[in-house]
Amino acid sequence: MQLTVGPNPFFWKPEAWSGLYDALASAPVQRIVLGELVCSKRLPFYQDRIPAAIETLQAAGKGVAVSSLALITLKRERKLSAELVETGVEVEINDLSMLAYLPQGMAFSVGPLVNVYNEGTLAWLAARGATSICLPPELPLEPVRTLARAGRDLGVAIEVWGHGRVPLAISGRCYHARLHGRTKDNCQFACENDPDGLDVATLDGQDFLAMNGVQTLSDSFACSDHQIEILQEAGVSRLRLSPQTGDFAAICALYRDRIDGKIKRGQIAAALQTRYPGIRLSDGFLTGACGAEWSGASAQS
Amino acid sequence: MVMEIVCPAGTPASLRAAVKAGAHTVYCGFADETNARNFPGLNFDRTEMRDGIAFAHSHGAKVLVAINTFARAGSEPLWHRAIANAESAGADAVILADLGLLAHAASHHPGLRRHLSVQAAAANADMINFYARTFGVKRVVLPRVLSVAEIAAINAETEVETEVFVFGGLCVMAEGRCSLSSYATGQSPNMQGVCSPASHVDYHDDAGALSAKLGGYTIHRVTKGEPAPYPTLCKGCFKADQSTGHQFEDPVSLNAEKLIPQLFKAGVTALKIEGRQRSRAYVAQVVRNFRAAVDAQAAGLPLPEGMLASLTEGQAATAGAYKKTWR
Repeated sequence: MQLTVGPNPFFWKPEAWSGLYDALASAPVQRIVLGELVCSKRLPFYQDRIPAAIETLQAAGKGVAVSSLALITLKRERKLSAELVETGVEVEINDLSMLAYLPQGMAFSVGPLVNVYNEGTLAWLAARGATSICLPPELPLEPVRTLARAGRDLGVAIEVWGHGRVPLAISGRCYHARLHGRTKDNCQFACENDPDGLDVATLDGQDFLAMNGVQTLSDSFACSDHQIEILQEAGVSRLRLSPQTGDFAAICALYRDRIDGKIKRGQIAAALQTRYPGIRLSDGFLTGACGAEWSGASAQS
Repeated sequence: MVMEIVCPAGTPASLRAAVKAGAHTVYCGFADETNARNFPGLNFDRTEMRDGIAFAHSHGAKVLVAINTFARAGSEPLWHRAIANAESAGADAVILADLGLLAHAASHHPGLRRHLSVQAAAANADMINFYARTFGVKRVVLPRVLSVAEIAAINAETEVETEVFVFGGLCVMAEGRCSLSSYATGQSPNMQGVCSPASHVDYHDDAGALSAKLGGYTIHRVTKGEPAPYPTLCKGCFKADQSTGHQFEDPVSLNAEKLIPQLFKAGVTALKIEGRQRSRAYVAQVVRNFRAAVDAQAAGLPLPEGMLASLTEGQAATAGAYKKTWR
């Protein structure tokens, strides 16, 4: 099973942004998707660094793709999206608008924010040129199995959300701006101080969600430590790891070791608990009654 | 030209009430997970659908069948059957969101008119034109993330008819792209056709306050005697950065009745009312009022004012994303 690093959903300082990809050049991952997923207003801050990052990663033998925005509405965003297909780098579509810009016959990959729930959609996208599809994070194991089989028959690599705060929703409204009494158009980059998102708790103080500009994520970090074997048996060919602060390359190495049998079930979670004290994990979308559940709950306490 | 009023019907009785109250068009769904209002006791079996459509047609009204969830892997025939049944029942169009289902309908039911559901979140003209070119989509229900100016810009760039929500429940997130409900309860709009399901709601009386929980998460608390809004996730009350409040959206519902003239100028074809889960009395009242409003608009008369205030959720209404400052 290969490892893919998804686009960084958060707004990081330019130096931190470059630092992530410098570190990933020597991390045990096969594919890296970069570029702006969440908010087009963030892009100018690090856009000039993208070509160098791509070059570094490609020189290190990594497969590289650039992500589209998750929600394309403004004229400027449509232009930006149309230009993305001209970069010569594989495009990961995270909004179906991209199908309007991709020339017929050009291969592309499909990110987790595109709704691929069934074989019909998968087959249609495969015929259109999709070579790799990361399934929506809310999909339970049973449909994942069915789609992995369908993907194998069609020659499409099937990827599953393996690690990181789960993208749960995208909106026209910026919640970070709203929290600061501003509107999206005058946000003053309220999200820049929350490089892992801003914690949102219930009225009882229970950690629940994380705010990231126009995006809402889970508070918990998805962790597929307990599902590695069943995902392999299901025919899932790639696991997606989503960036977070700290030594993210080391997190990638944990998953690599776990897949290669160098560490045992439970050891990714244990290492995460040690390195990020208080981190809450979940794997409920794959195997639980709801997304927030964690099958290693005893290890967490 | 009169703008078309598209009204919800959760039951055959609501369908008849909406048609009698002046609905140009009614939308409804089958009683299973193929539609995004898959609530207990709602929706139509095959016979009810055929009879409902016959009733509407005999009164000059149209019926749209919503098959707007995302087909479950391994169970696509259930969704395919729903499309075939809608066609044989005489539906004027099906409302679809799923790429695979759109492709299936276009190739297997070419004569059946296809509308793009709000669940497909087609938020720009390029995407809408792509659906028209590829699957012959004739109308798009626009996501509730667009301002009136943006809707006008879309209409200037597409031949596809646009339908917009004007009244009822308001999604704050891009529709069809939200897993908040399944994160907390395991039930999602995309897969099961439900959001923040009543089966996972729990009200608690603690020390003079009434707490509302969804999936075990406390997201509302009111003093006893105050009206307690239904705990829909995106309209819950949360704590973030030392502030407690409705971080995503207040417990409001959409009311864009005052924007009817602007939406008309923006080139909108049809106005959609949310609420297949509502009573037929509610549906009839909303339909009557909106019908009067679009008739007045078409006749160049002033719109009746404040006609629906008492019907909005928690007595608070918003014009939502239609006003740019909402963002």
